[in-house]
Amino acid sequence: MKAILNSEQIEQILKDLTGHIISETPGELDIAVIGIRSRGEILAQRLSSRLSQQLGKDVPCGTLDITLYRDDLNSPQGTAQPQVRTTEIGFDIDDKIIILVDDVLYTGRSTRAAMDALIDLGRPRAIKLAVLVDRVGRELPIQADYAGYKSDAAPDKLVQVFLSESDGKEEVVIE
Amino acid sequence: MALIRKSKQFKWRRKHLLGLRELSVEEITYILDTAKGFEQISTRSVKKAPPLRGKVVVNLFFEDSTRTRNSFALAASRLSADIIEFTQKASSVSKGETLLDTARNLEAMGIDIVVIRHNAGGAPKFLSRNINACVVNAGDGFCEHPTQGLLDVYTIRKIKGTLEGLKIAIVGDIAHSRVARSDMWAMTKLGAEVIFVGPPTLMPTQLSRLPVSVSYSLDEVIEKVDVINMLRIQFERLGGNPFPSIREYSHYFGLTVERMKRAKPDILVMHPGPINRGLEMESEVADGERSVILEQVTNGLAVRMAVLFLVNQAAAQGD
Repeated sequence: MKAILNSEQIEQILKDLTGHIISETPGELDIAVIGIRSRGEILAQRLSSRLSQQLGKDVPCGTLDITLYRDDLNSPQGTAQPQVRTTEIGFDIDDKIIILVDDVLYTGRSTRAAMDALIDLGRPRAIKLAVLVDRVGRELPIQADYAGYKSDAAPDKLVQVFLSESDGKEEVVIE
Repeated sequence: MALIRKSKQFKWRRKHLLGLRELSVEEITYILDTAKGFEQISTRSVKKAPPLRGKVVVNLFFEDSTRTRNSFALAASRLSADIIEFTQKASSVSKGETLLDTARNLEAMGIDIVVIRHNAGGAPKFLSRNINACVVNAGDGFCEHPTQGLLDVYTIRKIKGTLEGLKIAIVGDIAHSRVARSDMWAMTKLGAEVIFVGPPTLMPTQLSRLPVSVSYSLDEVIEKVDVINMLRIQFERLGGNPFPSIREYSHYFGLTVERMKRAKPDILVMHPGPINRGLEMESEVADGERSVILEQVTNGLAVRMAVLFLVNQAAAQGD
């Protein structure tokens, strides 16, 4: 097991991502943050409070459950059985710039599912992808707009993100 | 924040939902938790999600039904499945085809899930042993109506938070009610106390074997209960003369405005539908502020989506 990010580095990445998002988003546009369950949800909450603070306006935050949109639901190989949870987005996504947040971008399949799930909720002006770790190994033509740490971990490795709200510690490791 | 979750995940393994008696507390809770995630599909602009895309669900109903049939049909289509409607009257069953032949023929067309209602208790179980498709019981004889039991406990849990410690009266024609049985199993498993209320002629036999208490007087229990579920008098199933007159039944066992005045202020009034207004319940009560009858219908849709989703998952993962 190798630690790739500690708590200070995670905080620095969130700070940088916030700066990038603000510098690239025209001030007059409405912006909202939506996290993919479950680690993306926590990161989205942190990002939205940073954005709200720095922009001096409320940047709403929501949580997206992508289980029903996964592409492996009917494949016999899928040993994991994801539990359907709630999607909690208490605002209208129409015409907003949606910052979609996930902890690790790897194959791109979760992002594809999340985009389909979002489109069923409305028509955002744009969807931008922000991730803590951008890992090599894409299986779909999807790239992050805002990425923190870039990892070239081999396919047999596991990149795991631990956050204090869910895991009691702040760390990203390769196993 | 309630974000900390158990790392060891429960796995749903049943490709059939035949009844609630055989389910564990964990399984029932898992269905209810899953149903929560399906509620919002019905409230957004695109009322459809893709998890059953390319799957075929058949509604195989050998008895009349409005609510349950439509609810299953809508649940299946909201999950993007295709649905075949089968009714006994317009089918070869009227030419003498057996249940098994009917089902095997449908299966030969490539169906994935059979939702069956049948007047013979055990028909869904029989079917599940003889075909490969998933089987979901939508009511069999006087045995079970599991999705109704699930939507009832879902509705109670959603409003009251838990069933633990609640007193629940199920009133009316218990003997002929599969709803009463499914409710009883689900409610008692989740920690509620169930009281069957009705005239002795409408009570099932072997009551002492069931995990319930019994009362022959609604007036005795009305003040004590947190939830009251009024069953429909099923004239089509009643033989003989179980009660002297409709007026007398209403007098002793009807939920009237007068009786409601003595109930707890936060009582929930439920009914599986369809209501005989003025018989088991006065209209003012059915449409009153303690009534959750329409919530039951709405929740039923989410619960049925969850059930269809879960049995298909279990089948896909080949258990």
